[in-house]
Amino acid sequence: MPGETIFKPLQWSDIGVMAPELVLGVWFVLLVVVELLLPKPVSRNWIGWLTLVGFAGAFVLVLLRMLDMNSGDGTEAISLLGDSYRVDDFGSLMKLLVLAGTAIVTLLGLSTVSRDRSITDKGEFFYLLLPAAIGAMMMASSGNLITLYIGLELLTITSYVLVGLRRKSSLSAEAAFKYVVTGGVSSAFILFGMSYLYGVTGSVELSAIREALPAAVGSYEALVYVGFGCMIAGFAIKVAAAPFHAWSLDVYQGSPTPIAAFLAVVSKGATFAMILRVIFSLGLFTGNGSTTGGSVKDDLFFTVLLLAAISMLAGTLAALRQKNAKRLLALSGVANAGYLLVPIGLGVTATHSNNGTELLFYLVAYLLMTMGAFAVQTVVSRSVGHDELRGFAGMYYRSPWTAIAMVMFLLSLAGLPVSAGFFGKLFILLGAANAKAYWIAAIMVLSSVISYYFYFGIIRQMFMRSSNGLIEAGQGEDSAAEQEVSSDEKPDDRPDGTIRVPLTTGIVIWFCASLTFALGIFPGLVVNILDNVFSISGDILG
Amino acid sequence: MSFLQDIPILSILLLVPLLGFIVILCLPKHRAGWLKTAAVITTLIPLALSLWLYADYDNKHGGEGYDESAAWLQIPINKETATNADTEMVFSFQYALGLDGLSLPLLLLTGIVTAMAALAAFHVKKRWKAFFSWFLLLEFGMLGVFLARDVFLFFIFFEITLVATYFLIGIWGYYNKEKAANRFLIYNGLGSAIMLIAFVMLVNTAGFRIEETAAGAYQYIYSGSYADIAANMADPNAFVNLPAEATGGVNPFQMSDGMMWTVFILLLVAFGIKLPIFPFHTWMLKVHQEAPPSVVMIHSGVLLKMGAYGLIRFGLFLFPEQAREWAGVLAVLGVVNLLYGAILAFRQNEFKLVLAYSSISHMGIVLIGLAAFNEIGLQGAIFQLVSHGLISALLFLIVGSLYERTGTTELTELGGLARSMPFMSGVLLAAGLASLGLPGLSGFVGEFLSLLGLFESMRWVTAVAVLGIILTAVYVLRSVLKMTFGPQKETFAALKDARFIEALPMIVLLAFIVLLGCYPSALTDTVDFSVDGFMKLLLATRSGG
Repeated sequence: MPGETIFKPLQWSDIGVMAPELVLGVWFVLLVVVELLLPKPVSRNWIGWLTLVGFAGAFVLVLLRMLDMNSGDGTEAISLLGDSYRVDDFGSLMKLLVLAGTAIVTLLGLSTVSRDRSITDKGEFFYLLLPAAIGAMMMASSGNLITLYIGLELLTITSYVLVGLRRKSSLSAEAAFKYVVTGGVSSAFILFGMSYLYGVTGSVELSAIREALPAAVGSYEALVYVGFGCMIAGFAIKVAAAPFHAWSLDVYQGSPTPIAAFLAVVSKGATFAMILRVIFSLGLFTGNGSTTGGSVKDDLFFTVLLLAAISMLAGTLAALRQKNAKRLLALSGVANAGYLLVPIGLGVTATHSNNGTELLFYLVAYLLMTMGAFAVQTVVSRSVGHDELRGFAGMYYRSPWTAIAMVMFLLSLAGLPVSAGFFGKLFILLGAANAKAYWIAAIMVLSSVISYYFYFGIIRQMFMRSSNGLIEAGQGEDSAAEQEVSSDEKPDDRPDGTIRVPLTTGIVIWFCASLTFALGIFPGLVVNILDNVFSISGDILG
Repeated sequence: MSFLQDIPILSILLLVPLLGFIVILCLPKHRAGWLKTAAVITTLIPLALSLWLYADYDNKHGGEGYDESAAWLQIPINKETATNADTEMVFSFQYALGLDGLSLPLLLLTGIVTAMAALAAFHVKKRWKAFFSWFLLLEFGMLGVFLARDVFLFFIFFEITLVATYFLIGIWGYYNKEKAANRFLIYNGLGSAIMLIAFVMLVNTAGFRIEETAAGAYQYIYSGSYADIAANMADPNAFVNLPAEATGGVNPFQMSDGMMWTVFILLLVAFGIKLPIFPFHTWMLKVHQEAPPSVVMIHSGVLLKMGAYGLIRFGLFLFPEQAREWAGVLAVLGVVNLLYGAILAFRQNEFKLVLAYSSISHMGIVLIGLAAFNEIGLQGAIFQLVSHGLISALLFLIVGSLYERTGTTELTELGGLARSMPFMSGVLLAAGLASLGLPGLSGFVGEFLSLLGLFESMRWVTAVAVLGIILTAVYVLRSVLKMTFGPQKETFAALKDARFIEALPMIVLLAFIVLLGCYPSALTDTVDFSVDGFMKLLLATRSGG
């Protein structure tokens, strides 16, 4: 039985394998102390820069590890601590994404936090990102339900604090409270589901569960359903998949914008890694080796697809009437969670098994476009003093290049060429068609079309409205109604009317925009890397 | 790989507008004159190149198409589950361009209309730089649509035209521009989404091809290449004789009959929205009314033709069996379009709406030509596409110039314009006569061939369709005469006739209309190369099954 496995403690030689996580941990402790000792007048941006150094170091370490593992034939995953922690290519790729995403969040923080009066603890903003990133990295690379859960909790608990950092804003307090409650519910569901899996298979190790599942399905089919059902519900809350998405609107709106971006990209991405590790890899085995359990696998994957379909439709339909930029981005995140669930829900067929490549490519695209959009949003909201969509009015006049970058992000989000998002969606669509799941392909495409309406609504604000938030002479009825609303609340007056883009934000915007564009022409750049590095049998099931 | 040996003329043709786009981005934004000159010069190059290609195609090339291709992207899809380790299954996208008798006339049409629209873009009064940037991007997309020979490349270009047109309508249009732009975006977005589903289904079935690699293993390729798809669609037995180890026991050609019908109907709806076919036409009325003159020239001159081109290229050429079975449906749809457009055009008091409904009516003739399902009908349909492209571009050019002077296009408020603007009224009358199908002008040939074609197969439907021709004469003459003759308003007495810059594109467009009307074989000979091959193929399958 798996329980008899001899537990091997961490050896000195293993330190190198876990170096990225350990470095971040040590760096975190150091920064906490430094922040305490730092005199009050010193700008906390220094902590931010130091945090960035930590992420860069960890990024390099992960990259080196990945290169090392892919040189020559030794592509076997390294597992530590009795297989509870495993370093494989999938984990490394996810860690790179997590670190890149968190670094971008730090950069955004550098230009917004020091000016935000409602954030009282500016140092915390930066150094709390470190444990959050460690949590996300643990989720990406563990082979055991317990470590997965610990990673998840490390990420969420730090996120609770980060969401509530704007202590002087009531919206932020509301957001933090809602996030704590829903996050707690979600963790409870996941843990509950895990306990059932442990109950029927007698192990918390993923590899052992895989072996024991077919037999367990034979004797305790109902309990397996309950276990997976609860876990899917819990994960759905974490990735904000409809109908479990309602929290995300309030939380994104209330939290500091960089943290909203963190939740939308890093937290969501790490949870997808976990879904792939648990639901996808275990789900594949629920049908094998038993006469009665053949349908469990189908039901499981169908549930995921159903969740994807509901998310795509609910996210896009709800966004049609949304007037707040951050809430709109939250809903866009709901729809995107739906797209990301599709490759997971497709399962593996004889002709189609590159789900991981599809998922990871779309995650890369999603990171670039969402981070970019949030970066532009920080610039806009600082300039106009609110988060409403009409703050984008006249961007073309006030900051033409930022407007053009935003067009790039919006095209990508809407899934239009030439952008990374187009190819991301196209790959998923091709996969769905190859697996003969035409109905989900149709829903994907339909929800993309609906989404044109609100993404282009932002473009309309930027290019077709004048800079003061009012409207150019001679507009339709729609615009007239909006004009009335906007007249109660005048945007801040700016002497020259142009928007100043802080340097770090500018770097983020242009980094994301140029990569979004480049991947829209040569998606092969990333696809080939993913394809060479990542394989389901080697990385997820190994 | 003629791509490496010859000059990649198609790629050059395609990339010129993109280069112009970059040049425009580098010019200072307040120099309207520079920007416009750069744009006009840029549009003249593809025009010259496509003219040269047109001449070359007939004479030297002898009807052999042009092809350029390069590998673009390959994604393995079954890394883990391959039945044996040697086989690999990939999605393959090509940068494939091609030109044949069907696309060449439309490419030339794009060149002509775009260049004339650039010349006519004097109405742009603000944000010149952005206007000409989007304008050239739009041309890039249109040329790409007619050149692309990979379904995903086609789709990408199709979407580029969508985005560019959205901006052009939304920023530089008239009173209700934003509404018009939105409606354009949503309808066409829906159309292209349906098209994408159809393409994805096609690639996953008919795009299948097996290649033997150097190592002796087999590579299964799901290709987006039009040539692969067309080859497989034409030969349903494409995979019967494969070596057993190559197919691995699976029959990869899984395009069942129901699947074929589904894809065909999806394509019909997708391109039907663009064309537009009767119940899907509402978006284009708004666009015709609100878009700025040079954009509406392109829109009704070229963009609508993309729908018909897609219908012929993908619907008709790939699914001849299905299309033939539905010829009756197509014919009825065509007649409905023709009559509905004509009757509503007669009821309109706004000249732009008259022209919009007239476009619907004329697109009905294209459908009638297609429904005929013989060589003459198909010739007629393509002829009608080119001819209507030129005529409607000319009409909207005149409308733009008139509106600039009079400030209105209401028929009730206009009158007697022939006295103050004899030249423009003359051209308007000529364009109107071409539109109603006067022999000697291009409109006649397209209508005549289409109806003649249909007469062979469906006499009664043709008889009803001819009613539409009479109605066309009625509504065109009614509106043109109301504008040019009759009592003149005092306010219009002092209006100046066309400036040289306006007159030039009018003359050019009219010259082409007369040329095609008097010498139709200039076009039909070229079209024949493609149509002939298609008809042979069709006859072969007909006798075979």
